[in-house]
Amino acid sequence: MVFRRLFRRQAEPDVQLEKSLEKTRRGVFSEITRLFDRSAIDEELYEDLEMLLLQADVGVDVSEQLVGELRARVERDRIADPAIAREALREAMVELLELATRNRKLKVLQRGVPFVVMVVGVNGVGKTTTIAKLAAYHQGFGRSVMLAAGDTFRAAAIDQLKVWGDRLNVPVIAHEQGADPGAVVFDAMQAAHNRGIDVLIVDTAGRLHNKFNLMEELGKIRRIMQRHVEDAPQEVLLVIDATTGQNGLIQAQKFAEQVDITDIMIAKLDGTAKGGIAFSVAKELGTPISYVGVGERAVDLSEFKPETYVDSLFFGEGDGL
Amino acid sequence: MFESLSDRLQDTLGKLARKGQLTEKDVDEAMKEVRRALLEADVNFRVVKDFVAKVRERAIGQDVLKSLSPYQTVIGIVNEELIAVLGAEREPLRAPDRPPQVIMLVGLQGSGKTTHAAKLAAHLRKEGRNPILVAGDVYRPAAVNQLQTLGKQINIPVFDEGIQANPVDIAAHGLQHARERGFNPVIIDTAGRLQVDERMMQELVNVKAKIAPTEILLVADAMTGQEAVGVAEEFHRQLGVTGLILTKMDGDARGGAALSIRAVTGVPIKFIGTGEKIDALEAFYPDRLATRILGMGDVQTLMERAKEQTSEAEAERVSKRMMKGSFDLGDFLDQLQKIKKMGPIGDLLGMIPGMGNQLRQVKDQISDDATKSIEAIIQSMTPYERRHPDMISSSRRRRIARGSGCTTAEVNQLLSQFKEMRKMMGQMGNMAKKGRMPKGFPPLR
Ligand SMILES: Nc1nc2c(ncn2[C@@H]2O[C@H](COP(=O)(O)OP(=O)(O)OP(=O)(O)O)[C@@H](O)[C@H]2O)c(=O)[nH]1
Ligand SMILES: [Mg+2]
Repeated sequence: MVFRRLFRRQAEPDVQLEKSLEKTRRGVFSEITRLFDRSAIDEELYEDLEMLLLQADVGVDVSEQLVGELRARVERDRIADPAIAREALREAMVELLELATRNRKLKVLQRGVPFVVMVVGVNGVGKTTTIAKLAAYHQGFGRSVMLAAGDTFRAAAIDQLKVWGDRLNVPVIAHEQGADPGAVVFDAMQAAHNRGIDVLIVDTAGRLHNKFNLMEELGKIRRIMQRHVEDAPQEVLLVIDATTGQNGLIQAQKFAEQVDITDIMIAKLDGTAKGGIAFSVAKELGTPISYVGVGERAVDLSEFKPETYVDSLFFGEGDGL
Repeated sequence: MFESLSDRLQDTLGKLARKGQLTEKDVDEAMKEVRRALLEADVNFRVVKDFVAKVRERAIGQDVLKSLSPYQTVIGIVNEELIAVLGAEREPLRAPDRPPQVIMLVGLQGSGKTTHAAKLAAHLRKEGRNPILVAGDVYRPAAVNQLQTLGKQINIPVFDEGIQANPVDIAAHGLQHARERGFNPVIIDTAGRLQVDERMMQELVNVKAKIAPTEILLVADAMTGQEAVGVAEEFHRQLGVTGLILTKMDGDARGGAALSIRAVTGVPIKFIGTGEKIDALEAFYPDRLATRILGMGDVQTLMERAKEQTSEAEAERVSKRMMKGSFDLGDFLDQLQKIKKMGPIGDLLGMIPGMGNQLRQVKDQISDDATKSIEAIIQSMTPYERRHPDMISSSRRRRIARGSGCTTAEVNQLLSQFKEMRKMMGQMGNMAKKGRMPKGFPPLR
């Protein structure tokens, strides 16, 4: 038996990611830097800072909290230099995210025993694309991957997953459109087990978190997995679109209630949105954000690191996500 | 989750009203709440600033200071201003100079373009038109299949040239094909793209130049945050967007993005998407969105869910019994079971206008488990007891407790709460007769 720890690869700096984030950085980052590029710390600084955080979808509560924290630190440490204040803000932001990252469970992968990943989220956030990215990610560690076409509802969702399966050379277990997703998952669990697959990734239909019946269906799918393997799915990944506003927090809350989200992926960070909802989610729910999506190709996935995220999206430093 | 603006204003202004004359400072307090609520509804921060300034000016001008019900006055002004920004007039789709009418859908990835192309086609066919769909998304895997599948479902032809062709050619050929066979309108799906992706945006500009569409509709997700404005501005700048479709409105996002887009670009909202089914496309009503942004309940959704569970005649019967005060425990059990099928009770309460304030404290305590013991207690009663809760003696109470596995205290509690409830229902009935609804209800249109 080979035990392997996930998430320990020292990735080389990714030039592509650097590039894809460049357009984003032009926005808020330069403004935050410019904001602190002044001679003294005054009231206007705090006000403008709150505006910039709001603009990044950080939300009223958390923006106020961060500004408040900065004020407190400035007072406590008698900070007079804006550049040092800037550093204090950066620290406060990183700490907030780290609160959640610390909750990340250690994941153990066993060769030949399927590690099951269930991917959920509201419509159109990027679940299926994320699955392709995750498949490529695990392949990068030399793991065998299988996909399950659990979205039997949306037109051509199965075809979409199959296209990715072909591109990545990964088997896809699928029934026809309209079939019971539970049955697909059941078959996939069995197939993955029989073939000694390392990682099974299950797609699910997009659903709005306020649709009671659809949310219950997710719970059902999860129970079917558990009937097979008690601790499956080992990873329940909620995908949130970086452009999402304050509703993102409610999404996270509702999905967590139904299926015990273990990880969050913020997709579409290559756009101009900052994904500021990550802060609210970290603060209110403490669910760890584990990955970010930065494009439409299978290679456009990065592990989430609080420092890198804060630096590249808010302060324009660091070496990309 | 987020406290609604109506609740907040009721808190702030209610307190102030009691102390007598309001000052300008009090109004500023209220404006802080307005600002906060709008931001939590995802209205863009720039739009919020202008909006609050306008409301403040009107509020002070309109003698809110002397008003006996400052809450009603302020909420009224906010509501009116929201509707003014959203556009009080409904704007129909433009007619082409010469047919066919060409409608092009554009937007970010995942906003719902493909689904809405099909919905729009089905909608227009209902108006007696003869639509055709054009599959212009050659990038997202299986996007063409998706449109083809939807086309088959609704029996509307889909023009495609596979995924090797270029979208500008596909659009041109699709239009030519439609002209030759008399299809009208022509609805063109395009791939989702980032507004900052220069190459992809240029492609849309080229499509536009080639086919001169009658309408370019920006498809935007109702859950979008602050960037909605930046996205819409850029699409509008490069393409001249003629309308907006706001999708996923069946979710519980407040939808402030729509207000921002409208305020900044002036582009009218033409449709809203309210579900995954093909017929879930509706005309846009500014007053409904205003109510929603204010968080003044979601009567619409509540009614729709209720409709799924009960017939109109049944609802009529029950509400009559409520108003008359003859609603009994049997009715209560019946309603409880129906309500449970509508979703978690906490969610439902949140949809009732004005409920926020009264129920905020108890809301978290009302869990779905709690209803289980209520059900068990009522189920342990005889039909006679259900009809006459006042006649339940203490020996009967002990029997009911044993039968339901609850304590006598719990049975007592239910009975006294039910008595209170019935009293309240009677009061509501009287108020309704006099034409006064409890405070907090938005003006119904
Ligand atoms: N720019 C960008 N686009 C993305 C990213 N992830 C996904 N997309 C695009 O977003 C669109 C929707 O992605 P899907 O993966 O189909 O989303 P989904 O959540 O599976 O959608 P449904 O199954 O319909 O609910 C596609 O056009 C993807 O190419 C990302 O990180 N960046
Ligand atoms: Mg999908």
